[in-house]
Amino acid sequence: MTRWLVRRTLQAVVTFVVVTVLLFVLMRLTPGDPLERLAGDRQMSAEAVAALRHKFGIDQPITTQFTSFVAGALAGDLGVSIEHYPTKVSTLVLSRLPASLLLGGTVLLLTFGIGIALGVFQAVKRRSRADRWLTRASLTLYAMPSFWLGLVLAWFFGIRLQLLPVAQMHDPLLDPDASWLVRTGDVLRHLILPAVTLTAVSLAAVMRYQRTALLEVLRLDFVLAARARGIPERQVLWRHAWRNALFPVVGLLGLWLPMLVSGSVFVEQVFNWPGLGSLAADAVGARDYPVILGTAMLVSAQVLLGGLLADLAYYALDPRVRQA
Amino acid sequence: MSTPLLEVRDLVKHYKATGFLARKSPPVRAVDGVSFTVGKGETLGLVGESGCGKSTVGRTILRLQDATAGSVAFEGKDFFALQAAALRQARQRLQIIFQDPYSSLNPRMTIGDAIAEGMEIHRLAPRGEIPARVARLLEEVGLDPDYSTRYPHEFSGGQRQRIGIARALAVEPAFIVCDEPVSALDVSVQAQVLNLLADLQARRGISYLFIAHDLAVVRQIAHRVAVMYLGRIVETGPTEDVLARPAHPYTKALLSAVPVPDPNTQRLRIVLPGDPPSPSNPPSGCAFHPRCPHPAKDARCTTERPLLHQIGAAQVACHHAGTAP
Repeated sequence: MTRWLVRRTLQAVVTFVVVTVLLFVLMRLTPGDPLERLAGDRQMSAEAVAALRHKFGIDQPITTQFTSFVAGALAGDLGVSIEHYPTKVSTLVLSRLPASLLLGGTVLLLTFGIGIALGVFQAVKRRSRADRWLTRASLTLYAMPSFWLGLVLAWFFGIRLQLLPVAQMHDPLLDPDASWLVRTGDVLRHLILPAVTLTAVSLAAVMRYQRTALLEVLRLDFVLAARARGIPERQVLWRHAWRNALFPVVGLLGLWLPMLVSGSVFVEQVFNWPGLGSLAADAVGARDYPVILGTAMLVSAQVLLGGLLADLAYYALDPRVRQA
Repeated sequence: MSTPLLEVRDLVKHYKATGFLARKSPPVRAVDGVSFTVGKGETLGLVGESGCGKSTVGRTILRLQDATAGSVAFEGKDFFALQAAALRQARQRLQIIFQDPYSSLNPRMTIGDAIAEGMEIHRLAPRGEIPARVARLLEEVGLDPDYSTRYPHEFSGGQRQRIGIARALAVEPAFIVCDEPVSALDVSVQAQVLNLLADLQARRGISYLFIAHDLAVVRQIAHRVAVMYLGRIVETGPTEDVLARPAHPYTKALLSAVPVPDPNTQRLRIVLPGDPPSPSNPPSGCAFHPRCPHPAKDARCTTERPLLHQIGAAQVACHHAGTAP
């Protein structure tokens, strides 16, 4: 077990390094640089732009830039944002993290809670009218682009019905001295539309995975044997069948764990949600190299961590893996 | 004879076709009117080739699948009429052992828990006594009692089959459906498991419905045998009689396929032409007529379905069973 964990962690670290190098190189290969945009906006002289390029080190050869970045990163310094000069990348990321965690956590909880429940229901009632309609409905939602669904929901619930706020995370007109309860309620109201949008478009995957996995287990002989022993159907379903149909869903959860941090670039943009997704999107638009790199590294670390956690969960759940 | 332990009457199981164009296709007649009895402490061997409906018979009797028609009386009571709660309770008396030793055990349950679960559900022992009972059962099926904390993947196919038997025995059944329990095992292990089943029967007086496609296995364990073809029983009787003097041409063909240990034996192999017909569109009259090698085959075979009738010690469904082939 320890050996396996060490090997697996080393693998993750190596992957992380490779991904970072690739990110760094790819970013410099894209046309344009941060100052071109600044200069375009502000009518700066060529000398001033060159001076700024030099100041941010962008005029150096890519290898030099990379070594200085690595030296900084190893010391825990991801550099300074160009667009939001002189804010540090780590400060920017940390300031956006809570909003992303709130949205991503809510979405993961809703997607997996509802998705597992509906998937199990569909498997138990397979080929029924309800099963067919749930399949159609979930695939329809799945096929919708999240930003489009977000806009439609924002228009309907926010503009037409005036029920819910459509942007930001707080009501700017709210009394800053309002009670804790009122402020929490305000954040939750802002959370509803982006969370529902993201849940709606990702629900189908969990439902399909759970339905298929459970159907596969339900036809195995040990389920029949449990039923034949007179074990109550609820216990047959959950204790015998479902526990064995959890693995694909756990894998999916590991795969989607980065959603916690990255949220969704599109949906955060649509709802102006102050999370990391919109930070990254803005940074890409501004060619803000240090911020792009910082957010992308965070996401890739999450992806690797998700995979690692999923493997650990398999280990805890399956006696066969434990043995190997 | 007093009332048998289990009496199956006119059991029918049709599968409705599903999916695209489903309404136009006829149902699959997996089991098409099967009747038999099993006495206390008796083994009935149910044989036939793959797809003849023998496994469906076993599962339908236990209500693991709903029957389309027919009735099952167990210990004189109508088993098919039981409502959910009463059915769960009654299930304690009827158990099943499966062919595939891998899918028949829950991979995430220790074998001790799997065996104990049924005892707990049916309150067959006070909680404190259950571990001791599990240990005794493991011993009875020839396994080390210390294995109870292990998981199924740690065992071989033969051992797994013993675990499946212990799990069925845990609820103290009077009747067990053995659905090809040795077909997936090596020949040497087959013999051990068959001996175990025979010992358990001698000790506990359990009855078996022993489903198999291998007549050599059935010869070892069954008191009586029923041969199925395309959802119906075509011949049934005491094992010795049926295997020594088969009357139905299909039984004869099956028997001719059993290997004989002596290489010098002169024997006639009856090779049936063609494949078994589709059970969704069975042939008219005698379902066996398109493949039947009987020389007396005539127009009656294609129009009139033969019913089981007594020939010697056995019952045979063939118009020409009395006449020499």
